Amino acid sequence: MDALVAQYSRPTFQSKATEDLDELQQDERPTLSLKFAIPPVAQPASWLRAVTDDHSNPNVPIKLAHGTTTLAFRFQGGIIVCTDSRATAGNWIASQTVKKVIEINSCLLGTMAGGAADCQYWLAYLGMQCRLHELRHKRRITVAAASKILANLTYSYKGMGLSMGTMLAGVTPSEGPALYYVDSDGSRLSGNLFCVGSGQTFAYGVLDAEYHYDLTTEEALELGRRAIIAASRPRNNTNLSVD
Amino acid sequence: MRGATVLKASDDKTRQLNNHTLMAFSGESGDTVQFAEYIQANAQLYSMRNGIELSPSAVAHFVRGELASSLRSRKPYNVNLLLGGVDPITLKPSLYWLDYLASLAPLPYAAHGYAQYYCLSILDKHHHPDIDYEQGIKILRMCTDELKRRLPIDFKGMLVKVITKDGIKEIEYLDDEKVACP
Repeated sequence: MDALVAQYSRPTFQSKATEDLDELQQDERPTLSLKFAIPPVAQPASWLRAVTDDHSNPNVPIKLAHGTTTLAFRFQGGIIVCTDSRATAGNWIASQTVKKVIEINSCLLGTMAGGAADCQYWLAYLGMQCRLHELRHKRRITVAAASKILANLTYSYKGMGLSMGTMLAGVTPSEGPALYYVDSDGSRLSGNLFCVGSGQTFAYGVLDAEYHYDLTTEEALELGRRAIIAASRPRNNTNLSVD
Repeated sequence: MRGATVLKASDDKTRQLNNHTLMAFSGESGDTVQFAEYIQANAQLYSMRNGIELSPSAVAHFVRGELASSLRSRKPYNVNLLLGGVDPITLKPSLYWLDYLASLAPLPYAAHGYAQYYCLSILDKHHHPDIDYEQGIKILRMCTDELKRRLPIDFKGMLVKVITKDGIKEIEYLDDEKVACP
């Protein structure tokens, strides 16, 4: 810490320009935010709303994956992550067996809700960043750090039409089991229990009623399953086949 | 909060800028934490570089400057702030009210949003510069009770932090009593 303070504790005007620059450049890492093509329009967000709103126009060019329920909760035995497995594109059920849980690495899981492509792409990108962190620091990334990488990323694309609601769950030696919620407006929250997706309210209804931290593993699995099924009733179109 | 769902009831919407300065924030999700942590990092960097802490008024003017330049940028921060601190040299407490339009007002008591409409009248009547800590807590209780009574939002508990010349500490603030509407 003292060394770190010493490194920065001289007034800025005294900085030895050349030496420091070399040092800085060696330490420089690839920027977190990739140069990522965005639609060549003035207001990407409203443009996206116009081309994805299939309520007002059923023939929109882009159809979003609606009708998802994902949940994750911490309990005495670890973390349960549970999602439905249907991918829809408008009214068309594209697949009944989608995996909405993405393995970022052996001890880190991410869930997808919102835009399927956004989630898949950025969680894969997060996986890459986590691996790089592991190689640089010779230890696995914490869930807190991984979620912050993702939150900073989504924040940098805020207002450009990104659509994702994800939970990161993992177990690390320093944190134990940890659960974070990250979404496309740049929020990042830690917590014991989250439900994300259009079915979240129904899942919360079941989960909040019976959740407590001391659930056994069997009870927890059963509860997660029931919450997803409750959210998957045909009243809305989040659906069936629970992972 | 997201849409109509409370995602977390115990979220800490404050950041400690240095030993004697605390900033509370509200506003657009994402922006709030990002801006607060940016300010926090800069305040701490200043302390490390110079071995002395910025006074609350210095921090407040720095934050106002940042908000003002952000306001005219492509994507302004939508963040409202309350900044409180005790000057480490003069030991004088001060409170600053800032909003996303970069107004800065040093005030004896302040609130943001709908809470203003309910609390400021109570504070107008009961606040006095010479009140002690216990009386302060009493007035705070009157404010939070009034919010519970009249504001159609349930805050699901309050988080109270106290800034004194000895530093910042969170205090226990029980909030489970039912407040009836007369």
